[in-house]
Amino acid sequence: MEWEIVIGLEVHVQLSTKSKLFSGASTRFGSEPNTQACAVDLAMPGTLPVPNEEAFRYAVMFGLAMQARIGKRSVFERKNYFYPDLPKGYQTTQLNQPIVGAGEVEIYLADGGNKTVRLHHAHLEEDAGKSLHEDFHGMTGIDLNRAGTPLIEIVSEPDMRSATEAVAFLKKIHSVVTYLGISDGDMSQGSMRCDANVSLRPKGETELGTRTELKNINSFRFVERAIRAEAERQIDILEDGGNIVQETRLYDVDKDETRSLRSKEVANDYRYFPCPDLLPVILSDDYIEQLRVQLPELPDAKAARFQSEYSLSTYDANLLTQERATADYFETVSRACNAPKLAANWITGEISALLKRQEITISQSPVSPQQLASLIVRIKDNTLSSKIAKRVFEAMTKSADMADEIIQKHGYTQVSDSRALEKMVDEVIATNSTQVENYRKADEAKRPKMMGYFVGRIMKASSGQANPQMLNKILKEKLDALL
Amino acid sequence: MHQLTIAEIILGLRRKVFSSTELTRHLLDRIQQLDSGFNSFITVTEERALTQAKAADQRLAGGEAPALCGIPIAHKDIICTSGVRTSCASKMLDNFVPPYDATIVEKLNAAGAVTLGKTNMDEFAMGSSSESSYYGPVKNPWNTSCVPGGSSGGSAAAVAALLVPGSTATDTGGSIRQPAALTNTTGLKPTYGRVSRWGIVAYASSLDQAGPIARTAEDAAYLLSAMAGYDPRDSTSLNRPQSDFGKGLNNALTGLKIGIPTEYFGEGLNPRTAACIQEALREYERLGAQLLDISLPHSKLAIPAYYVIAPAEASANLSRFDGVRYGYRCQTPEDLRDLYRRSRGEGFGEEVQRRILVGTYALSAGYYDAYYNKAQQVRRLIKQDFASAFEQVDVIMGPTTPAPAFKLGAKSADPVAMYLEDIYTIATNLAGLPGMSIPCGLVDNLPVGLQIIGNYLDEARMLNIAHRYQQATNWHTASAIAV
Repeated sequence: MEWEIVIGLEVHVQLSTKSKLFSGASTRFGSEPNTQACAVDLAMPGTLPVPNEEAFRYAVMFGLAMQARIGKRSVFERKNYFYPDLPKGYQTTQLNQPIVGAGEVEIYLADGGNKTVRLHHAHLEEDAGKSLHEDFHGMTGIDLNRAGTPLIEIVSEPDMRSATEAVAFLKKIHSVVTYLGISDGDMSQGSMRCDANVSLRPKGETELGTRTELKNINSFRFVERAIRAEAERQIDILEDGGNIVQETRLYDVDKDETRSLRSKEVANDYRYFPCPDLLPVILSDDYIEQLRVQLPELPDAKAARFQSEYSLSTYDANLLTQERATADYFETVSRACNAPKLAANWITGEISALLKRQEITISQSPVSPQQLASLIVRIKDNTLSSKIAKRVFEAMTKSADMADEIIQKHGYTQVSDSRALEKMVDEVIATNSTQVENYRKADEAKRPKMMGYFVGRIMKASSGQANPQMLNKILKEKLDALL
Repeated sequence: MHQLTIAEIILGLRRKVFSSTELTRHLLDRIQQLDSGFNSFITVTEERALTQAKAADQRLAGGEAPALCGIPIAHKDIICTSGVRTSCASKMLDNFVPPYDATIVEKLNAAGAVTLGKTNMDEFAMGSSSESSYYGPVKNPWNTSCVPGGSSGGSAAAVAALLVPGSTATDTGGSIRQPAALTNTTGLKPTYGRVSRWGIVAYASSLDQAGPIARTAEDAAYLLSAMAGYDPRDSTSLNRPQSDFGKGLNNALTGLKIGIPTEYFGEGLNPRTAACIQEALREYERLGAQLLDISLPHSKLAIPAYYVIAPAEASANLSRFDGVRYGYRCQTPEDLRDLYRRSRGEGFGEEVQRRILVGTYALSAGYYDAYYNKAQQVRRLIKQDFASAFEQVDVIMGPTTPAPAFKLGAKSADPVAMYLEDIYTIATNLAGLPGMSIPCGLVDNLPVGLQIIGNYLDEARMLNIAHRYQQATNWHTASAIAV
């Protein structure tokens, strides 16, 4: 039977507010345990929550960016459960009246296609603390630095049909929140985490199968792998005639498999009810409109502009606008060298490979936009062949030198002097009589290919500095003259 | 000195008849000599009180002293006091010393008040007799075999026993007014949001409100003026212009329309208590007021609604007492579940556990609509009852309690009988309205309280109404003990 995977995602995004959702304590990452937890975060008796206006602003900005309905009246509820790193014994969150309602997300797939994923809603909530199991010999340490940090939980409809689509959705969310500047989106630090609901059904079926929930996946790569592993597990069970148990599962990165965490049957009854310490949050139309006009240019709009302004392909435009830093990098290079297509090629090619190799982001790129632009300028004016250009680029990864300095230091200038080139051609013809003879005897159609041999010799002899277009022209003339 | 009212002490201090240090010393001595008979204090802060009194004396000598400068008061032990144990009369918080003051403590300190100590109460303010304290029951100074009422029994008894001229208290379902009625004191529960809840350990957040207990309406006005006001640390705090509640105390009552709810004079009301109330109402007629019969048709639903909403909120508010961060922790827990179960089982008293269980049940899946939602609907109906009543009348009057103080232990085995003690007071908490109890008679030498219910933010008029009555009668000057 042919199976269809159905995936819905819940994405937790940590908002980059300076202080917590309901207290004045700092939200900075990586401080000494419990140095960023005030009396409110410790749930000391008598303390009360005071909402952080910045968090509402961020959540509304996200909703506007998603074309979503904004909850003009949103209500905080208490989600009750006991856990040592949940200081109040309940999490303050939104259930029935979230700040962001239904919306739509356009995702771009690697094959160049696109797809609309529906957003169910997004709500504001506070994060819990962290339990530390190491270094405490039979006990558990608790760090409440993260307790009370504002999150938005973004819940999609089950609209994704492959692990690749799920990754594309996650990337899109990442791209939007970082564009808006409402989160650093750093998955390695837990600023963005994802739960995936995965179910299978026979292709063509409209009803949803039983789903499992994969908890706390913290990288794009693992989302893809976890969903694949879970889908395979479910297919095996279904094809053996078994049933899927609704449960929460964890992805084991090392074993590349998912395993059961807890079944839904014994799940908590969270006893949600409206938090009596917090009044409903009422947003005025003016407030929402003000935020709407202040929104920065978002990835989709930017991609459209890149296509019209720089004549880029849809594919390149989407690729370059996925991350704001990449788009900014591209625009800086492109404006400095006035060669947008070359700039796009270099960024999606060499730069991207370099970043992947060094496992860094574009803002950490050792080759600055100014350096890359200086290189492209010299490619454009034929000073550099593409082969030499790669060498110059290589040098740039290790120094802050501009293209001209590197060219000068290494003597990389392209030989475009026709007399020098003619001399090289004469020499290669004189020293390779057998190949010249073969060329003469060959069919017209085979000759261009055979010319490659001579070009290669000359390039080697000139350390790749010969201007390839000129060389080709001169060589052809001289060889043809021998016919 | 101990029989003086706050108004009289203010004059005495300014005329240098006595110093705050002398008065404070005198009251501390009385507490030491007499309070073992009443058990109205949990903690006496002798050293701190004398330091504060000395400072007050210096300010008084320098002229320009704030309103309550040098006035001794006591705080209910649910109100956080920096550096002073705040136990909520619970084993759970027996060792809890908050590092912060409640907003009302800050405000009273700023107004120059001298804190003699922390008063006894029903554990976590749950009760109507002040018998459920971990530190033993409070006794009614009028008859030490009787209860003083609850949950602010200690605050009321300390004032009635002439140990302190005024105290702070909290009222969630009648906990200021009921003990005031049973101890012949004047107690005022303000409009919800009038007084900050910050630093007051929460029982039921949407109902809790702090207010003063004193010997006269005038004194209550002094205390309320210092306690009330907007607090940005409490999101439910009302941002309204602050009134000086002492200003209009002598306004004439001519033309005042007093609503008499028929539902408050039915079955269950002690006939001799009823007679005292009727006599008080005749006094109001003599003062120029007009009595009108009104109906509050949903009155009988107030207690059931309260005993769903209050425990529901309490079940969440008390979750933080889990033995993890502060407060009581059981010995040698086997595991996390055991730590929670035994810390809470051993740390909380019976009534607290009962309400947590009731609240947890009311919020649980499958019962939420039948209980919690239904109770909230009832709450809206009760609010509407009052709203329509206040279209016809200026204030509402009736009994504070069904009968005078009962014997210690008389209702301990019957929670419902105990809950009915608040039958006339609970509705105002559900509606968020201000309510007050003033002395209006004695039955078998036990006090009877007249309840005055005002419209939102109408405390100034209520105090005026109470004050004029106290100018015309002597019930409030009757003393529990030989002076």
